[in-house]
Formats: sequence, C-alpha cells, structure tokens
Amino acid sequence: MSTLALGVSRGHVELLQFLRDRTAVVFTFAFPGMLLLLFGTIFQDTYDQPGVSASHVFSASMIAYGILTTAFVTMGAGLALDREDGTLKRLHGTPISATSYVLGKWFLVLALSVAQAAVLIAVGALVFGMSLPDASHWLTFAWIFLLSVTACSLLGMAVSGVVRHARTAGAILNVPVVALQFISGVFIYPVIQLPSWLITVASIFPVKWMAQGFRAVFLPDGMRVNEPAGQWELGRVALVLGAWCVIGLVLCLVTFRWTRPDR
Amino acid sequence: MTAIEVRGLRKAYRGHDVVRGIDLDVARGEVFALLGPNGAGKTTTTEILEGHRRRDGGEVRVLGADPGTAGPGWRARIGIVLQDADDAADLTVGELVGHVAGFYPRPRPSAEVIGLVGLTAKKDSRIRTLSGGQRRRLDVALGIVGRPELLFLDEPTTGFDPEARRQFWDLIRALAVEGTTILLTTHYLEEAEALADRLAVLAGGEIVARGTPAGLGGRASAGAKVSWRADGVLRTEQVPDPAPLIRELVAAEADLSTLTITRPTLEDTYLTLIGAHR
Repeated sequence: MSTLALGVSRGHVELLQFLRDRTAVVFTFAFPGMLLLLFGTIFQDTYDQPGVSASHVFSASMIAYGILTTAFVTMGAGLALDREDGTLKRLHGTPISATSYVLGKWFLVLALSVAQAAVLIAVGALVFGMSLPDASHWLTFAWIFLLSVTACSLLGMAVSGVVRHARTAGAILNVPVVALQFISGVFIYPVIQLPSWLITVASIFPVKWMAQGFRAVFLPDGMRVNEPAGQWELGRVALVLGAWCVIGLVLCLVTFRWTRPDR
Repeated sequence: MTAIEVRGLRKAYRGHDVVRGIDLDVARGEVFALLGPNGAGKTTTTEILEGHRRRDGGEVRVLGADPGTAGPGWRARIGIVLQDADDAADLTVGELVGHVAGFYPRPRPSAEVIGLVGLTAKKDSRIRTLSGGQRRRLDVALGIVGRPELLFLDEPTTGFDPEARRQFWDLIRALAVEGTTILLTTHYLEEAEALADRLAVLAGGEIVARGTPAGLGGRASAGAKVSWRADGVLRTEQVPDPAPLIRELVAAEADLSTLTITRPTLEDTYLTLIGAHR
C-alpha cells in the first residue's frame, strides 16, 4: 500500500480506538460546548454593531480554542502514549513509514476538530442565534481551519518529544494552552484590553490569529474595529499560521523518535 | 547463507557497558537461542539487531543489511514479537491483525494467523479483555503475519502456563520447518533445549559459551557420575565414559538396583557458566 493509503488505514484505527473510549468522546465534545453555553450566558456584552452579542464572539473564537485543545493536546499526549504503550515500537518494526503514522494522527485530529467545530457552531447558531456566513466566508473558514489544525498538530507532536511520561503529558501540554487562550482573545475580548506588550507576545503565537480568523468568518465585517489592528488581517493570518506549520514540521523532523531514548 | 552476522558489537548506557564485544553468526533457517540472566544484554543485543537501538561499535548485518540504516523493504522481511507491548487495547484481535497485515507486501491471511496462535475464538474480542498469555500470542500473530524470513522472539513465553508454552513451541517448530530463521531470547532452559539448533550464553554483556544444547560448555564430553551401593555403602565414581565401569559392575555381579548414571543437565552447565562470570 502507498504511504497515503496506509495513512488512511492508520486514521481509521485511530478513530475506531478514540470512539470506543466513551470518556474521551464525551469530554472532547461536551466540554467546549458546555464552556460556550456558560460564557455565552454569563457575559451579555453588546457592541456598536447591531445584532452581535458576546455569545457570538465566543462561538467564533472558541473554535480556535477547540482546535488548540484537540489538535495540540490530543496529538501531543497521543504520541507520548503511543511511545509508552508500544504502539510506536510495534510500527517501527514493520514496513510502515513515519509519514503514514503521522498522517493517521492528522486524520484523527482533523475529524475530531471538525466534529468539535460543528458542536460549537451549532450551539452558537441554535442557542444564541448567531447567523451563519455565506459561501465565500466558508471558503475562508476552510483554509484557516486546515492551517490551524496542521500547525497545532505539528507543534503538539514536536512538544511530545520533550514529554517523558504519558501521564504528565496532559499537564505539560495544557500550560501553553491555558496561557495562550487568555492572551489571544479567545476568552478576553476585545484583545485591546490587554497591555500592549502582552498583545505583542500573543501575536507571535498562532492562537491569536486563529481566533481572529474565525471571528472574520462569523462576525459582521464592522466588528473588525475591535481587533488590535482594526482590520481582520487575513493575509497575515495565513502568513503566521503557514509559518507555524513550517516551524512545527521542522521541529518534528528534528525531535521525532520512534522509541524512548536509551536508559 | 548467513541471516545474522555480528562482529565486536558494543553498547553502553551512560558510560556503563551493557554489551562488550559480541560475535554472533546465525545461519538461514536456524533456530538460535540467546540465553542469559536478566541484565546480561540479551534485550539490548536483540533490539540492535531489530533496528530499534543504535550500536556504539562493531559490525552488524541482518539479512544482508545494517539494521541501523535499513529501510521499509528490509522491515518487510523481518518479524518482531514484542515483549511488553500494551497497545491497541480498544481494537479487536481481528481488527489489529488485519490492520498490521496491510503493511506487508504478501501477508498471511489474518484468519489463518489468528488460528495459528489459537485465538480464533477471540477474533472479535477487544484486546483489553485478553489474558496475559493470550495477549502474548497476539504479539506472536503480529510478528508472523508478514511472512518474515527472520523472526525475533524476545522472551516470548514469559507468563505462559505449561500447556500454552507447549502449543507455542509447536508453532515455532512449524515456522522453523517452513524455513523461518528464528532468534529467540529466553531464560527458560528447557525452552532453549526444546527449540534451538544452537545457542549462546550471554553474561555481563559477553558471550561466555556457545554450541548446541547437547554440547554446550563441554556438556557432551563432561562424562557421567555413576553411583551404586556395594555392601550397603554408597559408591560414586566420575568417569569420562560410564560403559566400561558398568560392564565391570555387571561382571562382578554387583547389586545394580540402586544404580544411577547422571550427566550434567543444561541447567547445571548454564549455572556453572554464568556463575563463573558473576
């Protein structure tokens, strides 16, 4: 079989295994939905734009949060676990390539991220009455989504190289997740409330650009004044996310190991 | 033709030598056992041959290639039975075997492999519900599904009950008959004796003896201990060949009802060998 066909085969068993772990399924899909329900209900801020409420902003921004937790944490912790339980060692003793293995993980993460984004968009639309965008905005959504999932997956994989034990992986991986979600305009919006140096720091990392991109898709155009630049800056979103994909890929190639290092 | 050729293999972990200059030759179609106590370097040696670990020094050829740099084509020709894998707990036996079979150019049908290791009744069971012995048999199935020319078995029967071990031995013999070369590590001496054409004893990272199970450590030429009772007194003599002594005793019409002739067991030989290197 080709590298791609084997990647699909890996993705299939990855997904099967994920879906059979009920706890993980419920947690992955219900948790962001619950957070959105809570935040959307608690914060009732309104903006200059008619018909836009805080719940709509959260619905859009939290897609970035969902991708971050799913792609970055699932990928990083999953890789650490695969290294620990013998999955990687088993595969390394067979003709399958590392690329097929990574593709399989990417398919898993993509499927989970799509399902999670669907939950968030459904809650936003059905519970909070967020209006759905037109076709050209969906196209924007698609490329931001793919770049975000790829960048976060690759970075999660790279970080898993420094995780020594699978049981500490979740805790380690959540440090950047929690820090970035607070400074990247996911939960604290508009971002301009933050000290300018913190905005500068956030602008280095992908999450700010992911959240901004998804807001550009789901919020009315006038809402762009609340962004740090006063613009959606979609070109810059593409540039930063693309750059993180490249950085992530390079880090993976440097740090990827089939087995744990020598005792 | 040689399946495995090792010259001067060395490996150290944090400055501590684990493998200190091993030479090894395994012919095609041979069942070769590496014996040795825990910490002797068996697993490290095996993992270097499998391509799982890098060596610090020495020459290694496995099926004509260097395992440190060999690619997927080489991996399709070897089979590895893992010692401590715990993966894919939420897949069924059939799903995992079928999935892994897909990695190989000409795999055995998965139903056949599952039957060979006696797991047909468990085909649709989740792997997490298997017993320890069943789990290891699944590992064997995954090791042979690609029709390997060379199979690595690292302590494959640890935790097996006696019946399961016998069945496993039959399976290994059947694979050997088909021409599969097998490198087996074990600390069960009867296992090495039952399966191996040749064996080597590792102690402290060095090979301290090698040979056939019957001839290891000069066992064949070690002679025998002959004991009998004469006039109520136990007599014991160590002789290179017991035959002349027995003839003498028979001629003298000695009481042979208590006669015993003992040769060193493989275990005696093994314990002497590794004891000398402690």
